[in-house]
Amino acid sequence: MAEIKSPIPGTFYRRPSPEEQPFKSEGDKVEVGDVIGLVEVMKSFIEVKAESAGTVKAFKVENEEPVSAGAVLVELDD
Amino acid sequence: MPIKRLFVANRGEIAVRIVKAAHALGVEAVQAYSEADAEMLAVRLADDAVCVGPPQAAKSYLAGKKLIEAAKEAGCDAVHPGYGFLAENAGFAEGVEQAGLTFIGPSADTIRKMGDKAAARAAAQEAGVPVVPGSEGRLASTEAAVEAAKEVGYPVMIKAAAGGGGRGIRVAQDEAELRRLAPQAQSEASAAFGDGGLYLERAIVAARHIEVQILGDGKRAVHCYERECSLQRRRQKVWEEAPASCLDSATREELCASAVALAESVSYRGAGTLEYLFDEKKKEFFFIEMNTRIQVEHPVTEMVTGIDLVAEMIRVAGGEPLSLKQEDIELSGHAIEVRINAEDPANGFMPFPGVIGKIGLPEFDGLRFDAMIYEGYAIPPFYDSLLGKLIVHGKDRDDAIEKLRRALDGLSIEGIKSTSPLHKALAKDADVRAGKFHTQFLEPWLEANPLTAE
Repeated sequence: MAEIKSPIPGTFYRRPSPEEQPFKSEGDKVEVGDVIGLVEVMKSFIEVKAESAGTVKAFKVENEEPVSAGAVLVELDD
Repeated sequence: MPIKRLFVANRGEIAVRIVKAAHALGVEAVQAYSEADAEMLAVRLADDAVCVGPPQAAKSYLAGKKLIEAAKEAGCDAVHPGYGFLAENAGFAEGVEQAGLTFIGPSADTIRKMGDKAAARAAAQEAGVPVVPGSEGRLASTEAAVEAAKEVGYPVMIKAAAGGGGRGIRVAQDEAELRRLAPQAQSEASAAFGDGGLYLERAIVAARHIEVQILGDGKRAVHCYERECSLQRRRQKVWEEAPASCLDSATREELCASAVALAESVSYRGAGTLEYLFDEKKKEFFFIEMNTRIQVEHPVTEMVTGIDLVAEMIRVAGGEPLSLKQEDIELSGHAIEVRINAEDPANGFMPFPGVIGKIGLPEFDGLRFDAMIYEGYAIPPFYDSLLGKLIVHGKDRDDAIEKLRRALDGLSIEGIKSTSPLHKALAKDADVRAGKFHTQFLEPWLEANPLTAE
């Protein structure tokens, strides 16, 4: 089982903007390079991309929750 | 009633500045902090500190009700909002006053009035302060646009009256060009907004950003001269000076007098800043907006006037009249401030949260470092990247730049990347040294002079 981790500490967002749909939801397929969320760090937004392919099993962090660098954001099923 | 115990509803370097100013006046300071900020410097320096919520600013430093409750429970009699967060929120100022506490700043009505661009423009015109010339109402034809342009003055910006967001803006240098561009702008506006009405505004080419610091007690106001903040990246100031080297003394007097007139016309109380665009070629200045709070770059004014602006705002909020008369305020030398941000200028200014290692800072006359950092401090990722401000004061501008270079050469902050290399490069640049810049200078300069890893 693969994990997607936050590259940087900050606040995690699952949507590109509050009005839009989440980048990915549970059960969605993920390809390498797909954006799965944003981390806001010091008022900048950094895209979090998948480094392996799979299916989203679970989000381990809620939308707008603080995260630390290396925190697991998503668990993927192969 | 003099303030005895104030609540600092802010964080970072400005919180440190406010706590120190309070202590210098013999006033106790209670620091608000979020769960991410328990270790911040202002908490350590304050007499007391209260956790006001989770890291997210919306749940802590922007949670007005919680802040007011915390201030009351901590036995404070006043709230200092700093800058950013709720500093220019009229509802917060009102809430503080309704809770029986003193808001250290202007009245809620003044914040509301001067925070609204149209209302502020009207107030400026009322007080005889020049604003960016523009046409009155909607211009329905090319002839109407040509007539209006005679009043506004060339070059003019042509905008869709119904538009926004900078779409379809054209610049005409003279009448011939306006006659050619106006019909295009009209048909484009019709297509985009269903309304071909136009609006004209003077295009101020290579404008410089100049702002006047004022202090008021609700009856009387004084100015503390001006600052220039033309070096900006993404509309964020990176380097600020006082005074503005591009002003002659007659223009300076006129500019500063206009700021006092506007401040007195709105019975301004506290510290405030009036921002202007300055057309260097024509020596014309135009009011654009007012900031009804202390500003990040206030130290350069303090260096060249010797006035403690934060202490003065606390005194005035406590009901004292201004301690200064205009003739007491004199300019001495030149000051420069650079913003030291936790960003990597060699990597697109990527934020760089981390743990501060050893700090090296030279010490000499005319150097001041207003900062929030100490060795071992972990910078939280939730707020802006400003770590501190390096400020130098020299006998003239050249001397100030030399002192800035010395200060930057001696400054080291281990553990993180900072914007210090950007300032070193700017301090060596011939145009910057000659004072030849404007608000559109820095971004092309960065493209032409990419910073490399040190």
